[in-house]
Amino acid sequence: MSKVNAILQGTLNWVDERFPLTSNWKAHLSEYYAPKNFNFWYFFGSLAMLVLVIQIVTGIFLTMHYKPDAALNASGVPVAFASVEYIMRDVSWGWLIRYMHSTGASAFFLVVYLHMFRGLLYGSYRKPRELIWLFGIGIFLCLMGEAFFGYLLPWGQMSFWGAQVIVNLFSAIPLIGNDLSIWLRGDYVVGDATLNRFFAFHVIAMPLVLLGLVGAHIIALHEVGSNNPDGIEIKKKKDANGIPLDGIPFHPYYSVKDIVGVVVFLMVFSVIVFFMPEGGGYFLEYNNFFPADPLVTPPHIAPVWYFTPYYSLLRAVTYPLFGIDAKFWGVVAMGAGTLIFAFLPWLDRSPVKSIRYRGPITKWLLSIWVVGFFILGFLGTKDPAYKFFGFIPGAPIAQLLSVYYFLFFLTMPIWSSLDRCKPEPDRVTMK
Amino acid sequence: MKKFLTAILFAPVLAFAAGPTLHLDRAPDKANDMAALQNGAKIFVNYCLNCHSASYMRYNRLKDIGLSDAQIKDNLMFTAEKVGEPMKIAMQRAEAKVWFGAAPPDLTVIARARASEFGSGADWLYTYLRTFYRDEKRPSGWNNVVFENVGMPHVLWELQGEQVMGADHKLTLAKPGKLKPQEFDAAVGDLVAYLNYMGEPMAEFRKQLGVIVLIFLAVIFVFAYALKREYWKDVH
Repeated sequence: MSKVNAILQGTLNWVDERFPLTSNWKAHLSEYYAPKNFNFWYFFGSLAMLVLVIQIVTGIFLTMHYKPDAALNASGVPVAFASVEYIMRDVSWGWLIRYMHSTGASAFFLVVYLHMFRGLLYGSYRKPRELIWLFGIGIFLCLMGEAFFGYLLPWGQMSFWGAQVIVNLFSAIPLIGNDLSIWLRGDYVVGDATLNRFFAFHVIAMPLVLLGLVGAHIIALHEVGSNNPDGIEIKKKKDANGIPLDGIPFHPYYSVKDIVGVVVFLMVFSVIVFFMPEGGGYFLEYNNFFPADPLVTPPHIAPVWYFTPYYSLLRAVTYPLFGIDAKFWGVVAMGAGTLIFAFLPWLDRSPVKSIRYRGPITKWLLSIWVVGFFILGFLGTKDPAYKFFGFIPGAPIAQLLSVYYFLFFLTMPIWSSLDRCKPEPDRVTMK
Repeated sequence: MKKFLTAILFAPVLAFAAGPTLHLDRAPDKANDMAALQNGAKIFVNYCLNCHSASYMRYNRLKDIGLSDAQIKDNLMFTAEKVGEPMKIAMQRAEAKVWFGAAPPDLTVIARARASEFGSGADWLYTYLRTFYRDEKRPSGWNNVVFENVGMPHVLWELQGEQVMGADHKLTLAKPGKLKPQEFDAAVGDLVAYLNYMGEPMAEFRKQLGVIVLIFLAVIFVFAYALKREYWKDVH
C-alpha cells in the first residue's frame, strides 16, 4: 500500500513541478472558504454549470446528425427540419439527447434567472463583486444570443418567423438599419445562408465566448470570495491561521451539498424531459412542428418564454420620437431592459447588502418589480390585443409595467439610500 | 401582502379562460390500444398515404404497435419495396399544388403541430376529420368547421356520409355513409390515435423510462442527502 502511495505521490509531484495542479485544487476547492450559511438560493450557480455541461455534451452529439440545410427534400420538407426528426426517430437515444438539449435551454434560463435573483436579494453585485456581476451579465447576454441562434436550427415555423422578426428589428436603426439586417441574414429573407451562419454561431462562436466568461466569472468570484445571505464579509473575521471564522472549505462541504441540489434538479429536469418535453407549448412551441414556410406567416409570433419580458418592453413603445420610428425606440427599450442589470452595482446605494436587513421600501419595490416581470413575460407570449378576463386590455398594463421596470432601476439611487435599514450582524447567521 | 402578491401572480393563469375560443371534441385516448392503433395504421395507409407522405416514419417502425415485418409488408405496403423505407408517396408536389391549391403537408408530426391552447393535436384532428360538410362554393365541394376553406376534400365521405351545415351552424347528416355515426367516430378515433403515435413513436417508452429514471434519482437522493448530513453535522 505504501508503495502504491509513494508512486501516486511521486506522480503528483512530477505534475506539480510542471503544472499547478495541487495549488489550483486548493485555491478553488479544498481551501476555498465559502460562508457556511448558504441557503436554497445558492444552488443555482453550480446548477448553471451543470446545465452548461449538459448543453455542450448533448449539443456535440446533436451536431453529428443535424444538417443545417434549408433546401427541400423529395418529400417537400426542409432538410434541417427532417434531420431533427431523423434524430428523434432513427438515431439511437436521439430523442433523449434532443429533449435534454431543448429542455436544457429552458432550464438554463430558469436557473440563471434564479441565480441573478439571488444576486438581487443579497446584494451580491455590490463592492467588491462588481466584476463578477459584469461577467455574469456578459454570460446572460451570451446565453440570449446562444438561445436565439439555436432556436432557428430546427427550422420550424416559429424558428423561421422568430428569427425574421428579431433580425428585422435591426432594420429599425436609422440610416444603416436595412443594410445591417441584410448583412446579418446574408440574404433578403431568412434563408439557407442565415441558417448556416446561425449554426456556426450556435455551435462554436457563442459557446467559446460563454466558456471564457464563465471562467472569468469564477476566477473573479474566487479572488474576492462569495457573498452570503447576510451580505457581510466573512473575510473580516479570521482565525490565527488566516481562515475566515464563518468559512468552510468548498470541498467537501459544498461539493456534497451541491450533489443533493443536482439530484433534486435532475428530478425536476427528468419530469419535463420524460413526461412533458413540450412544456405545454412553452419549451417546444407547437407551431414549430410545422416546417419553416416563408410564404405562410403564422397568425401569432411569440418568442420562447425566456425572452418574453423583453419582447413586452419592445412592444410597449408605440410613440415615434425625434422623427424616428417607434420600432427603433422599442428596440432601444428592449436592449436597455437587458443591459440595465449591468449598472446595479452603481445604482444601489443602500448601506447594507442583504434583503434581510433592508427596509420596507426595497421589499415592496422589488416584489412589485418581480410580479411585473412575470406579467410582462406572460403578456409577451400573447397577442398585443390580449385582454385579461376578456376585458382588461393587456397592452396598457404592459406599458405601465415597462415604465415601472425602468423606474425601479433609475430611481434606485434615491430609494435605496432612503430606506430604513436594520443593523447587520457581526457574524453570519444560520437561518 | 403575500395574498395580494399571489392574487396578482395567478391572475394571468385564470385569464387563460378568456379570449376567442375554438371548440374541439376530445379525442379518445387509445395510445395503448394496439388493435385501435393497427386499425388506425390501416386507415392511414388506405386513405391518407396517397396524397400525404409521412416521410420521417419507417414502415418497420410499426413493429412498435404489435405488427410483424411480414404483416406490414403484406397488408400496409402498397408502393414501397423494403420494410425499412419511410412512408413516401409517388405524387409530385408541384402537381398536387395545382390540384388542391396547396401541396398536402407531410403528416408525420401533424398531431404535434396541431396542438394549441384549445386542445391537443389529437383533439384538433379528431374534430377536423369529423366536421367536413357539403359546400358547393368550394372547388372540392367540401368545407370544414375547424379548418375553414380547406383544400382537402372529405376523403372519408364514403364512411361518414354527407353532412350539411344548417342555418344554426350545426352539422346534420344528410346522406348516411357505410358506417353508423358511432362506428365512424370510433374509426376516426383509431386513425387519430395512430397519427398521435406516429408524431412521437417513442412517447410511451419515454414515459416508462421516466418512471425508472425518477425512482433511480430518488434512491440517489437518499444517499446524497445522508452524505451531506454526515459531512455537515459539525457545522453550526
